[in-house]
Amino acid sequence: MAEPVGVRPDEAGGPAPAPRRATNKGPGRLLIAVYILFAIAATSRAGLQIATKFDEAPVAYLLSAVAALIYIVAAVGLGRAGHAGRRVALACCSVELVGVVAVGILSLADKELFPDETVWSGFGSGYGYIPLVLPVLGLLWLWRTRHATA
Amino acid sequence: MPPMTSAAAAGSPVDGLLATTTIVLSLVLAGWALVAALRHRPPDRVQFVGLAVLEVALLALAVVALVALSGGERPGEPGAFFGYLVTLVCLPPLAWVLARMEPTRWGSAIVCAICLVTPVVVVRLGQTWEVLGG
Repeated sequence: MAEPVGVRPDEAGGPAPAPRRATNKGPGRLLIAVYILFAIAATSRAGLQIATKFDEAPVAYLLSAVAALIYIVAAVGLGRAGHAGRRVALACCSVELVGVVAVGILSLADKELFPDETVWSGFGSGYGYIPLVLPVLGLLWLWRTRHATA
Repeated sequence: MPPMTSAAAAGSPVDGLLATTTIVLSLVLAGWALVAALRHRPPDRVQFVGLAVLEVALLALAVVALVALSGGERPGEPGAFFGYLVTLVCLPPLAWVLARMEPTRWGSAIVCAICLVTPVVVVRLGQTWEVLGG
């Protein structure tokens, strides 16, 4: 894929070329944007559910809160772009993928457990299945940027 | 589709011409940004001006909603309504900032993505107003 022409100096002011390609440039920035959107969506949802009707479905609402936290940390990890950032993002994307698949299966198998929707119910069907696709894209992006571009 | 009560149909401040305008504007902008992204173009003036116009329209929508509230009207789900309203007016600025940081085709892709999310939030905003008694 052709790299954009107008490459500008690193605005973060970090040390020049990192040993690995930055995760917060180009497609990575789009990924971060989507993570921010999901962080906002999951945080507001969890906050509202826990504040107003926690007793109705505590498991579902706590899960929403965990999902929200993971989206936030993943966005920060991808945005930081350093070695630690990569590891944080890798952990988050992995947990997220396992979570969305597990919750997807559980929400189909045992409706009692999740009487109310969460971000991850039905494999994220309420959010256009993006919760299922997002961690995969995140992992692919981490894989693609594992080497520095010469 | 929730049943439309006559009160909701007549009184919803966030489901009229203004809401439709924001949806159409946002989708047109998303289309423009998508073409730019596919052509390897960074966000252009049209996208930034479009985001500004979209933000003005969304702020107008928020003002209309607040005026209705001060007039004694109440949304069906107040908590969700305000959550969506606050999120909504933050979306174009978020797209603006990220697009400024990314002057490549991916900046246009970010504008496209956020402009696809905005209409969804506008529609949800309308729904949270109209749930009158469930």
